[in-house]
Amino acid sequence: MTKEYKTIIEISGPLVFLEKTEPVGYGELVHINLPDGTSKRGQVLDTSADIVAVQVFEGTGGLNEEAGVVFAGETIKLPVARDMLGRILSGSGEPLDGGPRIVPEDRVDVNGASMNPYSRKPPEDFIQTGISTIDGTNTLVRGQKLPIFSGSGLPHNEIALQIARQAKVPGSTEDFAVVFAAMGITNEEAQYFMEDFEKTGALERAVVFLNLADDPAVERIITPRMALTAAEYLAYEHDMHVLVILTDITNYCEALRQMGAAREEVPGRRGYPGYMYTDLASLYERAGVIKGRKGSVTQFSILTMPGDDITHPIPDLSGYITEGQIVVSRELHRKGIYPPINVLPSLSRLMNSGIGDGKTRDDHKAVSDQMYAGYAEGRDLRGLVAIVGKEALSERDQRILEFADLFEDRFVRQGRDEDRSIEETLSVAWEILSEIPESLLTRIDNKYINKYHPAHKSN
Amino acid sequence: MKGEVYRVAGPVVTITGIKPKMYDVVHVGHEGLMGEVIRIEGAKATVQVYEDTSGIKPGEPVMNTGMSLSVELGPGLLESIYDGIQRPLKVLQEKMGDFIERGVTANGLDREKVWEFKPTVSGGDSVKGGETIGIVQETENIEHKIMVPPNVSGTVDEIRSGKFKVDETVCILTDGTEISLMQKWPVRKPRPVSSKFIPRRPLITGQRILDGLFPVAKGGTAAIPGPFGSGKTVTQQQLAKWSDTDIVVYIGCGERGNEMADVLNEFPELQDPKTGRPLMERTVLIANTSNMPVAAREASVYTGITIAEYYRDMGYDVSLMADSSSRWAEAMREISSRLEEMPGEEGYPAYLSARLSEFYERAGAVKSLSGEEGSITVIGAVSPPGGDFSEPVTQNTLRIVKVFWALDAKLAQRRHFPSINWLTSYSLYTQGLSDWFAENVAPDWVPLRDNAMDLLQQESELQEIVQLVGSDALPEDQQLILEICRMIREYFLQQNAFHPVDTYCPFDKQYKLLKAISKYSDMAQAALESGIPMKDILALESKDELAKVKFEEEFDSALNVVLDKMDKEFAALGGN
Ligand SMILES: Nc1ncnc2c1ncn2[C@@H]1O[C@H](COP(=O)(O)OP(=O)(O)OP(=O)(O)O)[C@@H](O)[C@H]1O
Ligand SMILES: [Mg+2]
Repeated sequence: MTKEYKTIIEISGPLVFLEKTEPVGYGELVHINLPDGTSKRGQVLDTSADIVAVQVFEGTGGLNEEAGVVFAGETIKLPVARDMLGRILSGSGEPLDGGPRIVPEDRVDVNGASMNPYSRKPPEDFIQTGISTIDGTNTLVRGQKLPIFSGSGLPHNEIALQIARQAKVPGSTEDFAVVFAAMGITNEEAQYFMEDFEKTGALERAVVFLNLADDPAVERIITPRMALTAAEYLAYEHDMHVLVILTDITNYCEALRQMGAAREEVPGRRGYPGYMYTDLASLYERAGVIKGRKGSVTQFSILTMPGDDITHPIPDLSGYITEGQIVVSRELHRKGIYPPINVLPSLSRLMNSGIGDGKTRDDHKAVSDQMYAGYAEGRDLRGLVAIVGKEALSERDQRILEFADLFEDRFVRQGRDEDRSIEETLSVAWEILSEIPESLLTRIDNKYINKYHPAHKSN
Repeated sequence: MKGEVYRVAGPVVTITGIKPKMYDVVHVGHEGLMGEVIRIEGAKATVQVYEDTSGIKPGEPVMNTGMSLSVELGPGLLESIYDGIQRPLKVLQEKMGDFIERGVTANGLDREKVWEFKPTVSGGDSVKGGETIGIVQETENIEHKIMVPPNVSGTVDEIRSGKFKVDETVCILTDGTEISLMQKWPVRKPRPVSSKFIPRRPLITGQRILDGLFPVAKGGTAAIPGPFGSGKTVTQQQLAKWSDTDIVVYIGCGERGNEMADVLNEFPELQDPKTGRPLMERTVLIANTSNMPVAAREASVYTGITIAEYYRDMGYDVSLMADSSSRWAEAMREISSRLEEMPGEEGYPAYLSARLSEFYERAGAVKSLSGEEGSITVIGAVSPPGGDFSEPVTQNTLRIVKVFWALDAKLAQRRHFPSINWLTSYSLYTQGLSDWFAENVAPDWVPLRDNAMDLLQQESELQEIVQLVGSDALPEDQQLILEICRMIREYFLQQNAFHPVDTYCPFDKQYKLLKAISKYSDMAQAALESGIPMKDILALESKDELAKVKFEEEFDSALNVVLDKMDKEFAALGGN
């Protein structure tokens, strides 16, 4: 179908309306040719015998009724190939690194079909990130979607990069890859990632999609879908274990809101579209492991919470879809602790299937539970101490209070290049747990206390 | 007669050229995508399509089936996993691989599988709607009753016995009506019963805070609202695993694919505490995950409850979990906004509250058309935005259901599981079930429980004072109350779903555990009154050891050891 229509009747925000077309398919890819010879791409949002509405990815700037519209007769596809590794592409999949076009092995619909739940294999392979607050208390497994909930100005990029550098499945030598998609981040931030990738040689194993702050917002809707399409292809057709880093989900959601407003939809909570849950799910749910296939897609995306508010619709809806979250805390950051991860609101829902005997260690779960209980209580006591003073605390409570400090100082705090093995993480945990009376270790079975508690282990 | 597509906007398609009835199922486009008529306006009708509509063009053909969205009911439902419109996910995988493509139809019930049918009526018998004409052993423990469809009655002319496929005739009435092992029922229409009665038996879940403090009755309704990560799914899965129910219908409505994979993985391995058989044999799963089409998500709860009603009609106790009812409400909202209907509160359609109550009304303890007693217990998860319970779905649900299990993010954060808040939760069945508990658990169970609730209430008041002056400033008897409450919370209420032993706690064990705490409480109080210093009472080893007995496989003997020690330790303190 190469017929070009010059029947635009209205342009409004990122939308173009045209009439008198032959039947056009819903969701079809659209090419819009400008009189100056350039062209833009878009997608059909609404199609009827009378009017067709098109959303333009590169924005409608410079468009008028003169433009010609060509319908591609198919939905948006990404050319995919193993050779994408090492390449830097734009937010809509065009090479940005001066290299040749990708010679496609296949062309895949970027929206991806939903994975049949019956085909899913429950994720259970422990990924060691080398960060204690993740490995020890919020364990990540292959095929999980575990985002970082952060705030502006917090070191989430460092954490993401440290994870990208250190992540491994102990004992495994299988193929891995990183797919990195920037959505609306600044050029400087993008440079920060790129430099690190280049320095560590990670770029060779990475596919990078860049939609930067000054690129059109509408393109952001398509960028993560391109990235996930590439990831799925590498995982399921080339047996790789792919770590996908999408940053920043918040910019993606802003683009979604902008689109909704342009379409004059009835807005949902705080102006975000009512379908944002479903839309985000269509990204996050593209993580997983499939029975009988070797590869996997793990998502570790970054989301900055507007106003540090975890109840804001963006983190809130994400939290309802993802399999937990790692929460970066401004308070710990101010105290000078890196990585400033607050374990209390953090959670890995797949932790239980990834830890324990034969995976990490038999005492892992109990140790983690005990530390949570101790740290939570210790933080409450800090609040109390501020009012009644330390002297009003019982002996027991004072020990718990000290535990909270130790926890932050020894367990949470670690170096930017410190890659702790799970054994090291658990040793640190026992060291600080041994500072509180044994009778308070109610979450830990006696058999583990006898086996690992420093006071027992030595004799 | 054929119509055609006029307009496509996401899951909502407008068609012309045919005159369907409301809720007729139509097939849209060259690929025949399944959809349901949800609005009729002049010559046009609006259809919600259960599959992805990408690429569908105006002018493509539309075919009306003239039938409402229905499910197939018959042997083979158990152990199945379906999408929201009863397509078996296993068959979809065989037909199109690991990713769900569209335009594939699949029967809800396997047409090839052969079942042994044993008739229970004879020629000349008169039968009416709902009556059993024969039996199929569906799984080891479930006898599947083949019933006359609700709207049929007559005299048996011919009844067969032997091996049949679901669509083969096993009975012919004198008026020529043929009855097979399978019947169809429109999902949006409740199956009729002869009467409903007030539920008087508890659903025993093996979860201490639920059975102990906030029990739900068989045939009752419960809601479990909570922010993300607070334990809705884990609690629902615990209920599906351990409840003393005959049949479980578990609906994953707009939630995660991995959670369904988890259930599929685990349930065949786990044992039904009642029968010792694999749990999967009593379970029907419906999985319309968050990334599957929203229109099918909207339909999924109806598909589930209709299947539940069918087993209820056989006289079974069925429990149905819907995780999450909020995602169902959102699907309604999404469709409604595509229809450009006038939005109500927070964009939800004005009929939200009516739909919710119609759904929960399909729960209940009933006498079926044939006089069998059966029940459906409905437990709905609610996912309020920002964890704020004042939002419309939570509020409308709470107006209907009788049990409220309020999940609390603060408890979840400190890993107090199940993170059900004991101060804000309630059960309106507590009174009505008291007799049952007194008779079947222990005569003193109810006062024991009421006393525990009372203490927890006092604790929250005392905590307010502690926040101001510290606990050491409290008089000793009040300090003791705080300690007892800590024991109730940590030893009794906390229950780790992932602990091999503690995941399921029989009622007898619940009783003994609470009784043991109460024993310590009584002895401690007496000791305190006879002048023994508080710190000595708190230092008893038996008290700390009581924390861990719930994890012991040999619970009774472990408990006895601790209780003996407690007696000795108190005796050694002197005083009394
Ligand atoms: N009874 C329990 N025992 C042990 N852990 C629990 C229990 N309940 C919840 N958890 C922990 O809390 C986590 C979150 O629970 P769950 O997945 O049920 O939350 P949810 O309320 O369904 O969240 P969402 O709304 O996002 O689906 C679990 O992965 C588990 O780690
Ligand atoms: Mg859940």
